[in-house]
Amino acid sequence: MAALPPRADELRAIIRAHKRWDFVFGVLGLLALMVGVLTLVALFANMAIDGVPRLTADFFTSFPSRRAGQAGILSAWVGTLLVMLVTAVCAVPVGIAGAIYLEEYARKNWFTDLIEINITNLAGVPSIVYGLLALGLFVYAFGFGQSILSAGMTLALLILPIVIVTTREALRAIPQHIREGAYACGATRWQVVSHHLLPYGLPGILTGVIIGLARAIGETAPIITIGALTFIAFLPPLPLTGDPPAGFFDWLFSPFTVMPIQIFNWTSRPDPAFHQNAAAASFVLVFMTLGMNAAAIWLRYRLRKNIKW
Amino acid sequence: MAITSTTSDLRVSVSMAGRASLATYERSKARRRRKERAIESVLLLAACVSVFTTAAIVYILLKESLVFFSNVPLWSFLTDTQWTPLFDDAHFGIVVLLSGTVTSSAVALSIAIPLGTIIAIYLSEFAGHRTRETMKPLLELLSGVPTIIYGYFALLFVTPLIQRFYPALPGFNVLSAGIVMGIMIIPYVSSLSEDAMRAVPMSLREGSYAMGATRLQTALRVVVPAALSGIASAYILGISRAVGETMILAVAAGMQPNLSFNPLEPAATITAFIVQVALGDLPHGSVGYQTIFAAGLTLLLLTLFFNLIGYWMRRRYREAY
Repeated sequence: MAALPPRADELRAIIRAHKRWDFVFGVLGLLALMVGVLTLVALFANMAIDGVPRLTADFFTSFPSRRAGQAGILSAWVGTLLVMLVTAVCAVPVGIAGAIYLEEYARKNWFTDLIEINITNLAGVPSIVYGLLALGLFVYAFGFGQSILSAGMTLALLILPIVIVTTREALRAIPQHIREGAYACGATRWQVVSHHLLPYGLPGILTGVIIGLARAIGETAPIITIGALTFIAFLPPLPLTGDPPAGFFDWLFSPFTVMPIQIFNWTSRPDPAFHQNAAAASFVLVFMTLGMNAAAIWLRYRLRKNIKW
Repeated sequence: MAITSTTSDLRVSVSMAGRASLATYERSKARRRRKERAIESVLLLAACVSVFTTAAIVYILLKESLVFFSNVPLWSFLTDTQWTPLFDDAHFGIVVLLSGTVTSSAVALSIAIPLGTIIAIYLSEFAGHRTRETMKPLLELLSGVPTIIYGYFALLFVTPLIQRFYPALPGFNVLSAGIVMGIMIIPYVSSLSEDAMRAVPMSLREGSYAMGATRLQTALRVVVPAALSGIASAYILGISRAVGETMILAVAAGMQPNLSFNPLEPAATITAFIVQVALGDLPHGSVGYQTIFAAGLTLLLLTLFFNLIGYWMRRRYREAY
């Protein structure tokens, strides 16, 4: 004999059970999100409580020292600034030019595919492998030594995929009729790019560059591998200062340190006073990173407002 | 008479002037074409930098590793159970470093994959618009913090915290490094999985709801299987991120090579070893110099392997809508 269909209240019980599971999963999802949020809060609170008292003007203008109370991040933040300068100068032109080629000029053949596969691949290579590349290539083969130039070029290679991808997205977002109108007026391809696409794509490109630089600021592994030293108590020579006067580009070849490495050095020491210094320096570093990300978002918003199409 | 000659003179002079300006025009067109071609080759060169970089990475790693392998047989590299490259009686067993990498990645992924998937399903199927818009930037923030700061956090906050419940925990251990690494990887897993789930067409969900399914049933039985290739590639990305992570492990897990799969002990991973050697002096051609390239080659092959699996899975299981 066929089974009787389940009665209405049995059905309702099944539905209620499923809805209970729904609710349980909703709670589970919120808890999972809370794990992430709580970690961020704990991280920032820990850094702020330990580090903020240490943030005096002296901290920013002193060199590292064996005595924790007198140690500062002067060489570290100057080094970070200079390395970021070299990174930007290397990565931005190459990245934008490469993205323009891939978006506007490249034909659909195996060679273009090869380039695109390489870019995707490079985005997934661990950063320490870039450090090894730099050690073998820039430091020894090219002879740049353990200098700001090597560090800047390494980080430029590291953020190149980011710059290329965001520039391509910015170019792709420009409607086709802008290009068509320009071509119809007799513009050459480069004229279309330089007179129309680059100005319109500038907000997106700038955002990508700033995000790439924010990523590069926090990279420690490649720079350690190149050999940035952890105890630098001097600044790279400013051009035309010192005795004998330093050349214009001597600072590119000088030893250096950067913020993440200073933090690493202080964290690795057993003295808790140095841990406080590390917390303060971490606070500054996170502030720089978040500030750059926020600036990128704000810039994109501001520049995007003027574009009407 | 005079007018005709003037007209013909005029015509001759106009046509001569016309031919001259045509020639100038042709020359400037040729010049512009040359300029365009030069610009295109410059742009092509810039695009090829990525190819050169990959080639350079492979070349440098292979070149130095070949020197290493001419001194150390491949068999002992793969099977020796000690890693003491800088001692007089040097042993080069990569398995020791691999055990550190595997243990730390296992701890990290056991946190990142479940939490990341749950967050992705929650944000894509359950959460309201406002929750999603607040949570996504926060999660991106989680992945944007420099890893050295996570290392500091793991060493000086998470380890003492765990030590309050389990006092026998050594100061350097893989567990706290792995936990922090897992939390750092959550955004990678969750944002890619969520993108994959959002790409599933609404009509599939609507069909499921029309049959009387709850949100959880729709998510687990309709959306996740449909988005499986994207979710799997998110997992693979998480794995390769975990394997390649350096600073959290260098700071918090200690740099002591230890052939063990117990996360409650210190261990050195491939990446932490490279950092440890690089912190010292690395004269060109020394033993330490060659060893880090061999370790780097192993690391690159590992990440390449995972990237290829991810690519293959995306190709094989992609659903076309």
